Amino acid sequence: MPEPLFELIDVVKKYDGRTVLRVKNLKLDENKVYAILGPNGAGKSTLLRLLNMLEEPTSGRIIFQGVDINRAGESARLRMRRQMCMVLQNTYLFNTSVYQNVAYGLQLRGVRGAELERKVKEALSFVGLSDFGSRRALKLSGGETQRVALARAVAVRPQVLLLDEPTASLDPDSVALIEKLVRRIHESTGVTVLIITHNLFQAQRLADEAILLYNGEVIEKAPVAQFFTNPQSDITRRFISGTMIY
Amino acid sequence: MNADLLSSVWQFFCLRGGELSGIVGLSLMVSGSAVIIGAVLGIPLGAFLGLKRFPGRELLLRVIYTLMSLPPVLAGLLVYLLFARTGPLGFLDILFTPPVMVVAQVLLATPIITALSSAAIAAKEKLAMDTARTLGASERQAAWMVIKEARTGILAGIMTGFGRAFGEVGAVMLVGGNVRYQTRVLTTSIVLETRQGNYEFAIALGLILLLLSFVVSSVLLKIDDSKLR
Ligand SMILES: Nc1ncnc2c1ncn2[C@@H]1O[C@H](COP(=O)(O)OP(=O)(O)OP(=O)(O)O)[C@@H](O)[C@H]1O
Ligand SMILES: [Mg+2]
Repeated sequence: MPEPLFELIDVVKKYDGRTVLRVKNLKLDENKVYAILGPNGAGKSTLLRLLNMLEEPTSGRIIFQGVDINRAGESARLRMRRQMCMVLQNTYLFNTSVYQNVAYGLQLRGVRGAELERKVKEALSFVGLSDFGSRRALKLSGGETQRVALARAVAVRPQVLLLDEPTASLDPDSVALIEKLVRRIHESTGVTVLIITHNLFQAQRLADEAILLYNGEVIEKAPVAQFFTNPQSDITRRFISGTMIY
Repeated sequence: MNADLLSSVWQFFCLRGGELSGIVGLSLMVSGSAVIIGAVLGIPLGAFLGLKRFPGRELLLRVIYTLMSLPPVLAGLLVYLLFARTGPLGFLDILFTPPVMVVAQVLLATPIITALSSAAIAAKEKLAMDTARTLGASERQAAWMVIKEARTGILAGIMTGFGRAFGEVGAVMLVGGNVRYQTRVLTTSIVLETRQGNYEFAIALGLILLLLSFVVSSVLLKIDDSKLR
């Protein structure tokens, strides 16, 4: 059994004394696609933000590749963070060109010159926005914005891709495109993907495993086939049948 | 009336062109230096206030916002007392010279630059900072990205600070003394010409002041558009 990519042990996150996440034990393996499900306020974004070190847990340990990320030194943390990329729930593009947005993560990792240009172009063509390099990022449509956000995250070839509702408020074609891109990047690089979604069909289409969060706790984690056809928990059953009252 | 005005303005330029260019140069020099110093002090302080949360931050911000409406003549008085012969810095003996005028205008420009920078940075802090981090930025790199993202607001602060310094009369009058060929600037000249009944000259000077402000803000806006991409 290889060691998990992530392991969360007794992780608790409180805001102003209110517990919003309490994960006893959660293991995430390499090369998999996980769908994170759960009602609004369940703690899904908080979980991803903890993994990306945007927040610190109130207590407990988060282990990434065998290293406790919250006890590691500043430079070790930065090195680990640079193996991941996250697309935030509120996508924010920098107020520059599309090209500069995609180049940023690469530049942070020391990529320069011709290699930089090649990788930016590759990422833009990957999301079908080859001609968009010189466009102002803030003038793009919602769907284009999401594609740039994805391009900028995958451009650095991360080991972990954290996607917080990347297809919320997109039209069906754009949703299909983003899903296709996520699947393709996963297949070609083996990147581990954690994708938060409210779209249960999307979870079934994309993920190997589904994780249900409810009131800050992991209720069920199972391969999607089992999760959707034979859930072990009552809460999961109610959640997927849509009768759960939020 | 219009022709009259134009001809007197023309006369004014011909008669006192040399003196006028000195006045314009000094005005730009004094206010320009004040704004540069104000930016050097105000932008880092604004960035600190916009990015960090610490006890006393709210109070400090309120004090800075209050200082935005510091009356120029009061700023001038404070600087005057500081540099007067009997004041703590009197030994420098620089009262009624351009450097003291700069000091007085720094006092006026810095709070504006600080306050507008911190507001602009705080508005971008959460999302721009987090986005930079998600792409692999260190805390310092992320903070720099936030400052770059807030550049329009910071430049607005610099422009407002310049406007306040360039257009004020109370402070430079008090600490500069409006000495001909030495500390006379555009605004103090306007006061003088008005007092002497030379309204056309006063208006012409006012127009020059506005024109220069227009040029300066155009240059700054150009920077916003291109340089800091
Ligand atoms: N910075 C914060 N300060 C205080 N409370 C917070 C903060 N961030 C999140 N919370 C709270 O934590 C809880 C979980 O939030 P989180 O964003 O993780 O939910 P979510 O599952 O992503 O919900 P959604 O589906 O609406 O995005 C919510 O009740 C939220 O109000
Ligand atoms: Mg969320």
